[in-house]
Amino acid sequence: MFTRLIRAVGGTAVSFSSYVGDVVMLAVETIGAVFTQKIRWRLFLEQIVEIGLHSQIVVMITGAFTGAVFAAQTYFQFSKLGMGSAVGAVVSVSVCRELGPVLTALMVTGRVGASMSAEIGTMKVTEQIDALRALAVHPIDYLIVPRTLAMMVSMPLLVAECVAIGIAAGYFVAIFLLEVNGTYYMANMVRWTQLRDIIMALTKAGFFALLIVFISCHKGLTSREGAVGVGRATTEAVVNASLAVLIFNFFLTMGLNIIFPAG
Amino acid sequence: MDEGTMIEVRGLAKSIGEQEILRGVDLIVAKGETLAIIGRSGGGKSVLLKHLIGLMTPDAGEIWIDGENIIGKTERQLAAIRRKIGILFQSGALFDSMTVEQNIAFPLEEAGERDREKIAEKVREILEVVELEGEQEKMPVNLSGGMKKRVGLARSIVRRPSCVLYDEPTSGLDPVVSDSINRLIRRLQKRFGVTSVVVTHDMKSAFHIADHIAYLHEGRIYFYGTPQELEISDDPLIQDFILGRSEREPAAETA
Repeated sequence: MFTRLIRAVGGTAVSFSSYVGDVVMLAVETIGAVFTQKIRWRLFLEQIVEIGLHSQIVVMITGAFTGAVFAAQTYFQFSKLGMGSAVGAVVSVSVCRELGPVLTALMVTGRVGASMSAEIGTMKVTEQIDALRALAVHPIDYLIVPRTLAMMVSMPLLVAECVAIGIAAGYFVAIFLLEVNGTYYMANMVRWTQLRDIIMALTKAGFFALLIVFISCHKGLTSREGAVGVGRATTEAVVNASLAVLIFNFFLTMGLNIIFPAG
Repeated sequence: MDEGTMIEVRGLAKSIGEQEILRGVDLIVAKGETLAIIGRSGGGKSVLLKHLIGLMTPDAGEIWIDGENIIGKTERQLAAIRRKIGILFQSGALFDSMTVEQNIAFPLEEAGERDREKIAEKVREILEVVELEGEQEKMPVNLSGGMKKRVGLARSIVRRPSCVLYDEPTSGLDPVVSDSINRLIRRLQKRFGVTSVVVTHDMKSAFHIADHIAYLHEGRIYFYGTPQELEISDDPLIQDFILGRSEREPAAETA
């Protein structure tokens, strides 16, 4: 019984390590290819449209309603203490540092990560990736590099957009619906929100971009045969990338807080 | 390996999971000849073909392509060898997000050709060779099985490789289209001196196109010879395959 348990735990640990190793290898190869191989700018632009442009509505709605509900909840608590005008500072700092990057990353995982793993997975099972290789085109150069670069450019912009809309929505709810004094609200917000909060948002965006693109593409490239295989790869890509975002977020917060301590 | 050899395979072995697919295949393909590899479905013919272009790595053995051993080469080192070889996949393996023209233009663009006019001209030419004139704008999803294979073939030969590998070029096609593909393979060999390796279980096609035929059985080359030698072989296993018999009549009863 005991040995079986140890064996099961050991087996899981080994397969988890080899999975992480595979994803890291893909990342290393891709980053190597960015610097040593020809970059296909047309594919990069196509991916920018797919990742950046087509995520607009999703990110706007996420930002707006997160900022709005966060402002409302904070106000309900703070107004009891007569601190209604502090809502602006709380909303803007937390949307910058946590909510903006994490929620954008989760939405992008669901939208873009899923489509990346499904698309690459389908190419794998229909021999299109073998066809690329047979035509002397490295799948990493053709498929992964453009997606990685596009994610690195799009994610910080999407996060910035989400943060800005979140703060605006919070302002709107606090001032027009909950009747907080606008002057104090803005003064507090500007006083407590610093450049370091924005840097934190954008740094997280960059990290999350890499997590999403490598986990999703890896699942696509290792997809098993058939519609079931591609379906499973897509589900696993979304689940793994979402979990990775949440887990890494904690460590990034702790690490970045040493570099940029909260004011 | 002498000058006139395009492909040489020595002791190639491959297992997938528990199953031994290839158990020591030895094979030589001379430059400019057409070799047909025949054998039962699931006998490892496609696996053998994919090894020849480095899409699969063997467990043991050597593969020499045009004087170079491809075993142990990285994906990037293989690129130079792959430019000499075209492969037609069983399904055609067309890029389904591209039109016929974009599919065929792909290898040219990847080779650095930028002149739109020149690319369009080459696409037109090659579509003529595969008898699909004017189909440039169609999407792969709107093509029939035979058309997909011919577009796949056009894509693999547009860069004029010196060797083309065909994975079941006629399977699932009607006899007329099959015949046109057979004639095409023949024509490529005659016109451009292309070395061809054709994996098939279509005996008619094998007899029609091949200079030599290799019969892959239980992971080894069971027979190698000319189509004539194959035809007159009295080996019961080969006779069964040629005639498509699933069971032999007991000899004693007929005697």
